[in-house]
Amino acid sequence: MSTMAHEGNGTFHDELHHHAEDHHGHHHHGNFWTNYVFSQDHKVIAKQFMITGIVMAIIGIFLSLLFRIQLAFPNESFAFMHAILGDWAPDGRLDPNFYLALVTMHGTIMVFFVLTAGLSGTFSNFLIPLQIGARDMASGFINMLSYWFFFVSSVIMLISLFLPTGPASGGWTIYPPLSALPQAVPGSGMGMTLWLISMALFIASSLMGSINYVTTVLNLRTPGLTLNRLPLTIVAFFLTAVIGILSFPVLFSAALLLMFDRLLGTSFYLSDIFIGGELLHYSGGSPVLFQHLFWFLGHPEVYIVLLPALGIASEVISVHSRKPIFGYNFMVLSMLAIGVLSFIVWAHHMFVSGMNPFLGTVFMIFTLVIAVPSAIKAFNYIATLWRGNIQFTPPMLFAIGLVSFFITGGITGVYLGNAALDIPLHDTYFVTAHFHLVMGSASAFGFFAGIYHWFPKFFGRRLNPRLGYIHFWGTFVSLYLVFFPMHFMGFGGVARHYYSNTAFTFMEVFVDLQGFITFAAILGFLVQFTFLANFFYSIFFGKKSTENPWKANTLEWTTPVNPGHGNWPGEIPHVYRGPYEYSRPDVKEDYLPQHIPDEEVERADGFPEHEVPPKRESSPVEVKEVDEE
Amino acid sequence: MADVSVDKKALIEGERPLFKASYGKLMMWFFLVSDAFTFSALLIAYGALRVSSVSEGLAWAKPEEVFTHFPLLYEFFHKDSPLVFVGLMTFILILSSVTMVLAVEAGHRKSKKEVAKWVRFTIIGGVAFLSCQAYEWYHFILGTTDGAYLVDARSFDGINVPGLDELSYVVMEPVGGEEGHGTPTALKLKDGSSITNPDYVKGILKRSSHWHSGVYAIPFKEAAKLNIPGLTRTQSVVVYPVFDNTGEAVGVRLNNGYPINDKKKVDAMIKTAATTDGGANLMANEYGPPAFADLFFFVTGFHGTHVASGVVLLIILLLNVNKGTYEKRGHYEMTEKVGLYWHFVDLVWVFVFTFFYLV
Repeated sequence: MSTMAHEGNGTFHDELHHHAEDHHGHHHHGNFWTNYVFSQDHKVIAKQFMITGIVMAIIGIFLSLLFRIQLAFPNESFAFMHAILGDWAPDGRLDPNFYLALVTMHGTIMVFFVLTAGLSGTFSNFLIPLQIGARDMASGFINMLSYWFFFVSSVIMLISLFLPTGPASGGWTIYPPLSALPQAVPGSGMGMTLWLISMALFIASSLMGSINYVTTVLNLRTPGLTLNRLPLTIVAFFLTAVIGILSFPVLFSAALLLMFDRLLGTSFYLSDIFIGGELLHYSGGSPVLFQHLFWFLGHPEVYIVLLPALGIASEVISVHSRKPIFGYNFMVLSMLAIGVLSFIVWAHHMFVSGMNPFLGTVFMIFTLVIAVPSAIKAFNYIATLWRGNIQFTPPMLFAIGLVSFFITGGITGVYLGNAALDIPLHDTYFVTAHFHLVMGSASAFGFFAGIYHWFPKFFGRRLNPRLGYIHFWGTFVSLYLVFFPMHFMGFGGVARHYYSNTAFTFMEVFVDLQGFITFAAILGFLVQFTFLANFFYSIFFGKKSTENPWKANTLEWTTPVNPGHGNWPGEIPHVYRGPYEYSRPDVKEDYLPQHIPDEEVERADGFPEHEVPPKRESSPVEVKEVDEE
Repeated sequence: MADVSVDKKALIEGERPLFKASYGKLMMWFFLVSDAFTFSALLIAYGALRVSSVSEGLAWAKPEEVFTHFPLLYEFFHKDSPLVFVGLMTFILILSSVTMVLAVEAGHRKSKKEVAKWVRFTIIGGVAFLSCQAYEWYHFILGTTDGAYLVDARSFDGINVPGLDELSYVVMEPVGGEEGHGTPTALKLKDGSSITNPDYVKGILKRSSHWHSGVYAIPFKEAAKLNIPGLTRTQSVVVYPVFDNTGEAVGVRLNNGYPINDKKKVDAMIKTAATTDGGANLMANEYGPPAFADLFFFVTGFHGTHVASGVVLLIILLLNVNKGTYEKRGHYEMTEKVGLYWHFVDLVWVFVFTFFYLV
């Protein structure tokens, strides 16, 4: 089919010429609906994911403020709570059932809708074709469906907030029997049903997205972009997608079985339950089975959330320290190791579930092993910064902040990986502090680093750096103020799922600290408005960007400032080297883009122009046949 | 900036297949990997629930005693043929995989006529399999004529069963009529009394169902509405026995799944009771623990859904083949993609079959 490929090339160029001729005639194909709503262009879909993710983030964080107010002032009532929540806050004090609902929805929205779809959906969609030199995703249509499934699932999840019985309240991990029986908590009625429907659609969306990402990375790389020359962002997105393909289907099975238990009376997860003194008919099911199935997704999910952020940090740190990433191969290998290990550690979430203690030991060992690749990554980030020509731009600050959260939150992971330590700490705020730092804050900072770094490519304009600095310091400080004290509360034994901590003296002494945390959280929330203002203002009125504002090496910066559908107006650039050749002594500039052939590189003074290094793999890979016929 | 219209050819321009597979086939492969994990989770759930109920001393169902019906042999000769029918089903599905391979092969030769022929055979295979599954489910749900016990509601005295009235029937034996086939002239109640008034008999028969074990039954609540003197004096409940490993009944389960595990009461209950129509639903069944039927319905149903989707895909494929879509495109790769899915569904059946019918 090599002939066909050339034919394809021909047609493509013919169209280009056609375009060049009546350049002023029509710039756009299609209409408003096909260009902006049901678009199959990966860049538009990425923006759709980004905006939806941001909206969900605002909602998710706002919900957390509502229950933080309850924790800070357990016995006081506020008129505004009643104004916002109506019957869910009678007398201005949060209803205990709605407290559980808020916690559940905060967790669900942040984990799945913001940090999974918002992060991976935005950057995988945007960067994969641009950085590997492809015109679009392998299947633009399935990619579009992926967004719209996500959109519908978000809408259903939000609708459940307005049900008279409230949204799902069994925690984001929806353990049965609490999530299975409406008699247990009102949210387990219609709210839980909508949760399950929403998540089923979400899983379908995630699957369609992941299949596209993996296939695109494998099959649509530009000539010369061999697998060992991939930017670390792409490696991260690729592994994230693989993990998603393997873990989400198990949640799908688990959710379907739960749906049957709830709606059709089967006994997959339920057994011997008394409610109000009456025995229910369920028998023979196993709630621990659900936990196994859930955490088989749940733990890899942590890395689905974290890996893209780590990939973005690798790219941003390297570009803004003007230095090659330290230990490229080890970065790839450690991500691979994290990906593999993430599938065999799930039961460390179940040390207190009555699992066989021997199993606990096995899972504990694997869990502690994960610290090794994670530490490699942390050291490599620091080593990349070491003696770099560091540019303290907003994206760089957020990337460094990510490394800080990754280390702080990661270290407590080593505590919690030990079954003996986990058992007393598991149900306390220590765990809340741990995962909010390592998975929540680190990934959120990855998201911000990505937005600040690629905003010029997204919208052709630049964000205001001054507001960026305010945003960074405000967020960085308030996140630490929120989550760091929680470690001490955890050591003090404060339970993490309680509606109010006033019943026991040893918890009550921490109520003032809870108040402090709540104020810090409100501060952190308010600081986000500097970002939102900056973001929306700059989309329309920001300073116009140049093609390669950060002087970066990767292919996305070779496109025009506002690339159209198809990304490159001319031929797709070929690749001649890896993505991190910064500050090479023999090159004049401090960066060496991937697409410039060795012959055309401008040498630094004292390095002979004609002395081209021996050709390693600099010639483009031969175009092979697509399918033999 | 000039917009570049991206068509498939422009995409393929940049395509450098890593595994000599086009992006479309690769996407299908990754979907199947994902789907394999879905089924693995279900089969692992099967294993976990089966092991836990066996470790609690309950007997799991014996497939060779459950799946004994073979069409015609059963209907006309009342002969049991354990696991023969499922063997036939499996054979049909594997045969449909063979015809699918032949369709793909014909696609490589670009023989439109042969592709259409073999795809048609594959569709027939798929539909045949689904029909077999429907027959299998029908008999699984219906059960045997003596799989359950008909218990007098009075034996529930002292046991708090919610909604007992909704679950009970008035059960009557037919009197008169021809050999149990014709319309009975009178109905004999459990307490020995009979209803002979032809108007009453007619009214009752209109609302009652004729069970396979030969009796007529009318839901207790409906019977109460009829206002026929003496009719509601008796009240019977269907219970399914639960056996332990030694084959002894250790408990019973009502139609809504409600369990009674007091061995003494259970013994007293079923000692004098007559057997009646058994069967299976999602809450109780005559074959084993509820989990057995739950899993059977769920997993074979989930697989059946996959087969049905496959048949839909094959029909779309056939329509496109006939329209000449692939001839115009120059290749029959779509046949290969649908084929991958079809083979996967067959492979999954081998596992489902092993778990539910063989071990």
